[in-house]
Amino acid sequence: MEIGGEYLEILGSSILMTDYLEYSNALFREGLLDGQFIQLQMLRDDSNPDFVVEVVTLFFEDSQRILNELSKTLDEQNVDFKKIDANVHQLKGSSSSIGAQRVRNACIAFRSFCDAQDVESYGFCFFVLFPDQMCLRCLQQVKQEYLLVKNKLEALLRLEQQIVAAGGVVPTLNDVS
Amino acid sequence: MGLAAAEAQFHVLAVDDSVIDRKLIEMLLKKTSYHVTTVDSGRKALEFLGWNEGNSDEAIFSPKNNQEVEVNLIITDYCMPGMTGYDLLKKIKESAVLRDIPVVIMSSENVPSRINRCLEEGAEEFFLKPVRLADVDKLKPHIMKTMGKETLNHENQDNDKEIVETEIQSQQQQTPQSNINNNKRKSMDEGLSPDRTRPRYNNGLTVMSN
Repeated sequence: MEIGGEYLEILGSSILMTDYLEYSNALFREGLLDGQFIQLQMLRDDSNPDFVVEVVTLFFEDSQRILNELSKTLDEQNVDFKKIDANVHQLKGSSSSIGAQRVRNACIAFRSFCDAQDVESYGFCFFVLFPDQMCLRCLQQVKQEYLLVKNKLEALLRLEQQIVAAGGVVPTLNDVS
Repeated sequence: MGLAAAEAQFHVLAVDDSVIDRKLIEMLLKKTSYHVTTVDSGRKALEFLGWNEGNSDEAIFSPKNNQEVEVNLIITDYCMPGMTGYDLLKKIKESAVLRDIPVVIMSSENVPSRINRCLEEGAEEFFLKPVRLADVDKLKPHIMKTMGKETLNHENQDNDKEIVETEIQSQQQQTPQSNINNNKRKSMDEGLSPDRTRPRYNNGLTVMSN
């Protein structure tokens, strides 16, 4: 008996959907994404099918801009810590809005370590002496988390595209946060 | 169904300096059937509302201007460069013309003193970011408050008669004055004419006879 094309199509998209669920579950388990990402997916509908892709793309563009700004500011002779704080605050906000949990947490850590006014409250001498170096370390951490989540999100969205192309429907995850 | 048509007319002005958050709030509001305008600063929000620095309120808010831009609610981020959400809130509440527009503040930071300050200054609600659909669902009562109590009665069939009576009364009350509150009520009345309320009676009777 010949296996019908329709059957293969269903099989193909089922495998993809299973892959998708496994992949996204792993991302949530590892804390890369949180419930806010699911909130975004819940907003997607037939009249706005590209909503998640659009928001994520905006996030990538905006984050890259902020990371470049941060590198530039930290490179200067007299580091403007207020500017650093403002930029990290922005990135914290946008990562929180799309559910990029680890990026958000890295930003929170960044602000607590590099707030020049709070530095005195820490007993560590080297914080007080080298706040800009501490900031550089924090920036590295934020960059790392950002590149990781960017990578994973791109893969996730690619999987979604494949599911749709195979005639399947992207599974809706349940937000249990 | 008349109420759904009226809902689509509600216009929300969203103010946020973050492009991602503007996209998000726009989608949340559209999902809740609001017409949305987004701006990226407090200054632009005031410009949109027809406010010009250095002019008296009477000079700018001619009835013509007011009918072009009708905003039923303003939702604004707190932390913005230049004019903060709090500064914007203050300016709105200080304006004789704008102060009746309900204002909601959003913030990524949970600072009780900040929240209290905003509520004391006249903000209706304070949302913690990231804002969700459940939060946006809370906006309707604030919009309805300024629209007049007549519209709330539409939920209850028994009150339909009352609405027809109220609308006849309010139509009688409308004098040729260029009163802004009357303008607002007028645009609502256009959406909820007595003709639209009658079908509900018929529908109700049909259901009951089945």
